[in-house]
Amino acid sequence: MTAAATHRAIDAVWRIESPRLIAGLARVVRDVGLAEDLAQDALVIALERWPQSGVPDNPGAWLMATAKHRAIDVLRRGRTLERKHEEIARGLETRSEPDLDAALDDAIGDDLLSLVFTTCHPVLSTPARIALTLRLLGGLTTAEIARAFLAPEPTVAQRIVRAKRTLAEAHVPFEVPSGDELAPRLSSVLEVVYLVFNEGYSATAGDDWMRPALCEDALRLGRILAGILPREPEVHGLVALMEIQASRMAARVGPAGEPVLLGDQDRARWDHLLVRRGLAALERAEQLDGALGPYALQAAIAACHARARAPEETDWIRIAALYDALAQLAPSPVVELNRAVALAMAFGPAAGLELADELTAEPSLAGYHLLPSVRGDLLAKLGRHDEARREFERAASLTRNARERALLLDRARATG
Amino acid sequence: MPRFMMFVTLPGDTGEADWSPSAEDVAAMGAYNEELSKAGVLLALDGLHPPEKGARVRFSGGKTTVTDGPFTEAKEVVGGYWIIQARSKEEAVEWATRCPMSDGDVIEVRQVADLSDFPEDVQQAANAANVHPSAQSTER
Repeated sequence: MTAAATHRAIDAVWRIESPRLIAGLARVVRDVGLAEDLAQDALVIALERWPQSGVPDNPGAWLMATAKHRAIDVLRRGRTLERKHEEIARGLETRSEPDLDAALDDAIGDDLLSLVFTTCHPVLSTPARIALTLRLLGGLTTAEIARAFLAPEPTVAQRIVRAKRTLAEAHVPFEVPSGDELAPRLSSVLEVVYLVFNEGYSATAGDDWMRPALCEDALRLGRILAGILPREPEVHGLVALMEIQASRMAARVGPAGEPVLLGDQDRARWDHLLVRRGLAALERAEQLDGALGPYALQAAIAACHARARAPEETDWIRIAALYDALAQLAPSPVVELNRAVALAMAFGPAAGLELADELTAEPSLAGYHLLPSVRGDLLAKLGRHDEARREFERAASLTRNARERALLLDRARATG
Repeated sequence: MPRFMMFVTLPGDTGEADWSPSAEDVAAMGAYNEELSKAGVLLALDGLHPPEKGARVRFSGGKTTVTDGPFTEAKEVVGGYWIIQARSKEEAVEWATRCPMSDGDVIEVRQVADLSDFPEDVQQAANAANVHPSAQSTER
């Protein structure tokens, strides 16, 4: 193997092993920043040695043992004289290797969970949670995170350094929250995962491939969480939502880079493997709990579309009911707009227009081109062509996508 | 989204015995599959019935010839596959090296082709999406 090939192999090992390595170390040293430093030290040693010695048979165990030795060195060398560290070092030394491996194996799920609850801790800002989660659990480098989020690398590096410091200063315990604390903390974790997904999902044609790859990172994180928290319906709900949305990736952008709405997508280009996975995840969420949470509801809506082989086969009555439930649980103007569309499809354009008209008073939708686009469509269906034309023109003036603007103007010209 | 298929290929002339694995082999494979799943990378997997229950369809000179298994002339036969999500070929290879296989077995790692891997004219031929903004749904 050439040195470059070995380096690529080490990158691959790092991506697979680093989350549980860091999680296992964090449990022992009770500090995610220090845990990551130790894991990085082990990586540096691997980069020095493996090009000569070859990648060991069990690279994860090798990295763990090496990091453990580093931990003893660092803590002993008295970088700090705190008694706590002394105790940790002694504990590390006396525990025999197989014991440590066994302890790690047993606790991998718990450790990863403690790690993700720490990196998504509410004491951190949302961008800090995202950066730290991708770095410690996604195995991404700072440079990769910066590229994916179109941010300068030093900014992201700073963000990560500060986040680690904040966690240490706030004495955030390395643990899985329990009792009343669990639900809000879990929703913070799921929010971070879905934000990562959406950042990737909003990538456009000319973007760096690192951006759409964020969808994969989010899916991977979501699936890991579903494996560790199989009894939490919203985890399965989020995974279902992401799998189904990701299934449309190839169909949702046209040849010129323009967005293609669901009803216009070529369904043959949906990724049916992901659709199937999404429907299975949704089924798991539904089996766990009678009342669906916001992610599971959104997944259930996405599933109605995914199950329809053609747009005409869509179960709009069910979608309208699901949007109704979602509007009560997590109200937002965009949810209302989608509910208006669902009502129009299920019960006729007048039913939808009534709700869409109410939304024109909503300040947060004032610059949102899809509101006049939807109203235009409904008005046209009701034969109110002059009003429809004005709405399409308005929508055209609001969209930032040139191709979409042209299509809306075509629509305006064709109306009336 | 880079996706890789890992094919298990088995020596073709060893007969049916190899197709009925021991309980230990099954347990080891189960643990491996669980590891792939818990890491969030496993998308699909299947094991195949032995080739003697299968058939080969050959295309030649505008005609097809069907041969039922076993395929005694085959040097190797496919036993099953996984589809995993990985950032790079190296990552997929790293997963493949962790698989509990028997002596002489081979795992072939191949990237799943994506439409964007093809030249533009091929992409356009495959891309029949028509685009009309409408109120069918504001979702994409």
